[in-house]
Amino acid sequence: MKAIVSVFAKDAKGITAYVTALLAEREINILDISQTLMQGYFAMIMLVDLADCPIPFDQLSQQLKEKGAERALDIHIQRQDIFEAMHRI
Amino acid sequence: MSYLINSSEILQTIEMIDQQHLDVRTVTMGISLLDCADRDIRTCCSRVYDKICRRAEKLVETGCAIEREFGIPIVNKRVSVSPISLVAASCEADDYVPLALTLDRAAKTVGVNFIGGFSALAHKGFTASDLRLIRSIPRALTETELVCGSVNVASTKAGINMDAVALMGRVIRETADIDPMGCAKLVVFANAVEDNPFMAGAFHGVGEPECVINVGVSGPGVVANALKACKGQPFDVVAETIKRTAFKITRMGQLVAQEASRRLDVPFGVVDLSLAPTPAVGDSVAEILEIMGLEQCGTHGTTAALALLNDAVKKGGVMASSHVGGLSGAFIPVSEDAGMIAAVESGALSIDKLEAMTCVCSVGLDMIAVPGDTPAETISAIIADEAAIGMINNKTTAVRLIPASGKGVGDRVDFGGLLGSAPVMPLHPGSAAEFVARGGRIPAPLHSLKN
Repeated sequence: MKAIVSVFAKDAKGITAYVTALLAEREINILDISQTLMQGYFAMIMLVDLADCPIPFDQLSQQLKEKGAERALDIHIQRQDIFEAMHRI
Repeated sequence: MSYLINSSEILQTIEMIDQQHLDVRTVTMGISLLDCADRDIRTCCSRVYDKICRRAEKLVETGCAIEREFGIPIVNKRVSVSPISLVAASCEADDYVPLALTLDRAAKTVGVNFIGGFSALAHKGFTASDLRLIRSIPRALTETELVCGSVNVASTKAGINMDAVALMGRVIRETADIDPMGCAKLVVFANAVEDNPFMAGAFHGVGEPECVINVGVSGPGVVANALKACKGQPFDVVAETIKRTAFKITRMGQLVAQEASRRLDVPFGVVDLSLAPTPAVGDSVAEILEIMGLEQCGTHGTTAALALLNDAVKKGGVMASSHVGGLSGAFIPVSEDAGMIAAVESGALSIDKLEAMTCVCSVGLDMIAVPGDTPAETISAIIADEAAIGMINNKTTAVRLIPASGKGVGDRVDFGGLLGSAPVMPLHPGSAAEFVARGGRIPAPLHSLKN
């Protein structure tokens, strides 16, 4: 299953490293990544593949949320389908 | 692998959900109970309970799973059932309260937050069972927590059943005397639709399949936000912006509906394209009208603004979904919309203007608190006016009034949660008692005779 991981936070050093490590520990492969700063806010969006991830989606979503909160990061993971449905005919 | 979606689109979706209250308002499972009939009401009740629990066992769990995977809130999971006046017609019982208690129990077991269908279709006349059901309404809706009821009293094809209109005025009065909250779960319809997923008016119509999934989308906040970006632009731009936004909202509803249908192995019915407000700030239909340039909702121009909004929502949504149905349009429930509440409190929005607004949007006089001493005949006359609008304009209209016991104009009634709170609105003092007492039927309008 492919999903979109989005990360929002106040810009700081090491956010990308921290988040990608979280994903690697969970056997999640990053297919595409984009990162930008908007008015001092860090926004990163990743397309990931969950094929090898052993953790059920629900738990994964919860874990990322909690791990994000430890570093004041707002991490969402959502199935890719929703964005496709909304923005593509 | 191609990465088709760009970051700004992803950010837009996330912002809609996080900041603009975008959600799927309800996933409603319609269940036919027509095979639960029995002479013995206890047998009927146990069949009803078993069938709802069997069919909807996984509804809430599935809804929550979809919610988490797609990251889109699904605010309500609900069940609608066949009109109970049909299910109970063969029961040898005068009182249908036991069936309401059964629905309540089943709803609690499966974990939904409302169950609709304590209903009767009496637009041309009453069956014995319709009358038994209607007479059971005051107790049925006040002794249960989650049961919603509705009565269809008029249709374009049949005209207005004025005996039903008169009776419903008394039933609303009687319900309010026990507990005004009961009235918040009771809708009086003209041209009721069979596949409406929204409460309190949802029921599973007789033309519907055994079991079906209908989804109601929402998103006034998203529309309001999109319109803020076109300040001063002509209406062509306003309409186009609403259409584009409604398209996106509906696509999301369609995706959720298909996913729920697949996982539950229940056919997909319709997506109801409605802008349903909530009491939360920034989730208001009134605010959209104000962004179009009105100082306050209710002032001159409100009806035109609402007409544009309602039509553009449908045009945008209809292409985004394979099947559109239900009520589909903008809702204007007073107590559930912070902007409407403010407009009533400042005197800008009157019941007369609300009535005019119901000519151009879905549903009708919804969640309006009226003085506690309002006579039953006045309530009936309001229902008759609303039913006439529905009948003549070939659309659904509804009345959900709450006589606020012991309260008068200027007081406020609190319903809690999504139902919000409503300021008590003034009504006209002139009596309609003699008009309502006539009874009989108002004939169907000429344009119903199309064959």
